Amino acid sequence: MSKAEDKAARTETRSTWLLSAPALVLLLFAASGPLIIMLVYSFLTPGKYGNVIWEFSPDAWIGTILSRDIFDGTYSLADAHLTIFWRSVQLSLLTTLFTFLVGFPTAWFIATRTARTRALLLFLITIPFWTNLLIRTIAINQIIRNEGLLNTALLSLGVIDEPLVIIYTNVAVFIGMTYVYLPLMVLPLFAAIDRFDMRLLEAAYDLYASRWQVLRRVILPIVKPGVIAGSILVFIPALGAYVTPRILGGGRNMMIGNFIELQFGQGRNWPLGAALSVLLLVIVTVALMFYVRAATRSDSNG
Amino acid sequence: MAEKSFSASRIPGFATTAILVFCALYLPIVMLVLYSFNSGDSVAVWEGFSLKWYPLAWSNEQVRDVTLRSLTIALVASVVATTVATMAALGTTRRKKTKGQTLIYLMINQPLMVPEIVTAVALLIFFAAIKVATGYQGLGYLIAAHSAFCIPFAYLPIRARLEGMDKTLEVAAADLYASNWQAFRYVTLPLLLPGIVAGMMLAFVTSLDDVVITLFVKSAGQDTLPTYMLAQIRRSVPPDVNAISALLLLLTVIMLTLFFLLTRKRD
Repeated sequence: MSKAEDKAARTETRSTWLLSAPALVLLLFAASGPLIIMLVYSFLTPGKYGNVIWEFSPDAWIGTILSRDIFDGTYSLADAHLTIFWRSVQLSLLTTLFTFLVGFPTAWFIATRTARTRALLLFLITIPFWTNLLIRTIAINQIIRNEGLLNTALLSLGVIDEPLVIIYTNVAVFIGMTYVYLPLMVLPLFAAIDRFDMRLLEAAYDLYASRWQVLRRVILPIVKPGVIAGSILVFIPALGAYVTPRILGGGRNMMIGNFIELQFGQGRNWPLGAALSVLLLVIVTVALMFYVRAATRSDSNG
Repeated sequence: MAEKSFSASRIPGFATTAILVFCALYLPIVMLVLYSFNSGDSVAVWEGFSLKWYPLAWSNEQVRDVTLRSLTIALVASVVATTVATMAALGTTRRKKTKGQTLIYLMINQPLMVPEIVTAVALLIFFAAIKVATGYQGLGYLIAAHSAFCIPFAYLPIRARLEGMDKTLEVAAADLYASNWQAFRYVTLPLLLPGIVAGMMLAFVTSLDDVVITLFVKSAGQDTLPTYMLAQIRRSVPPDVNAISALLLLLTVIMLTLFFLLTRKRD
């Protein structure tokens, strides 16, 4: 590289950083920087009225999965915590699976319409996507609660004699999360299917592939990046969900997000809350890394 | 026709599923809007048309208070986020990949990757320490937090717009002895404007919608519209909250329609 080129490259780098600096400073102050402080707090001792005492303690981390007997000091598995973790993971996986099962045909349907209809349908998917999550949760709450539309309709039709109790159960949280996160699955699936060359289908059929074989051997491998992207986009916010389980699950069906919040409210255990948040972040990062690896692998194959 | 003939647009069950999905997506929202005009306070039994919940909600001083706060925060945060995002987009697009660019992307998109609850906890801890150290309790914390998580939403459309612009016009301006600033002010900026407006609208909507981060960062008496609404929900959703939801929904639809018109590619 010549000296002039070298200098030009350095000027370029400098202006990139200078122009990005205000955004980066703001993000460092109010987004990424505090994550490190949170990590530090997870190793401190909880204060009596919230906040922390600046003394090192591994208790918060031990407390994420073990609980200490207050009488003899022995440790045992913290069943309550494990139940909440398990419920969160289970509900998030179920939500991801179900949004895929109904999202795939929907995305396929949109992608195979004419240009005009397609634009309209995409717009219809985008509106709920951008609508306040709280409002959509309120909307689904109005449908499934005991005096809600579903029960009122079923009762007046005489299908049931007593209202179905859905609200404040795991089922309610599952329905709610499926409802609010569905657009996040449909949009990337659509993007992937849209790139799919439909002639490949005809080719497969001409070669006597069955429907199932076409789906498994032709369609799924090609739309795989979209499937992975959609799954990640649904799974991550579902795992950290707070609003939906709070409104639809009530106090008995907490997920990790609600449990974390509890530590900063009544629980008054900031270090435990911080440790749980770090743990959640680690799970999400692992999922993201898995996504990046899977996405790059399918790129090089395609 | 023989079973073998195949059409991608007619896979059995797909159309039915899609139609059911669209109905399921819209039924709750439509019902919410519809029942905000119900004269009774039920959300399931129709008792006649009435507009009473809207003035009732607005006559509540607290509702006016939190709405104003929400709008203030969303306005300031979206202006700040859009300004810094525009600069960052100018610095990171249409040039050779420079050192550290991946790091810049990662940092800008971080609010999209980290679960909201995690950022919320981190901010609660960090800002609590600052509150103790400085004694300042004002809206600044909420504005800073909102500005930060709005950055990627402003950045993405601006960047998309920039990438679609070629450099010939700016080069022409430079050939005609325009200074860097003049070329930016009179050539780049007007071309970029639809992207900037689109980015700002997304940032505005994102800020207005936020619940979790606001809930953790706010000091006492700093409720925004969403956190106020959340606090009002006990076993049921009060009808005035329903009315506010319907209004916010309408606002979102208007903003989105504008956004699509702005970013639509002209053929």
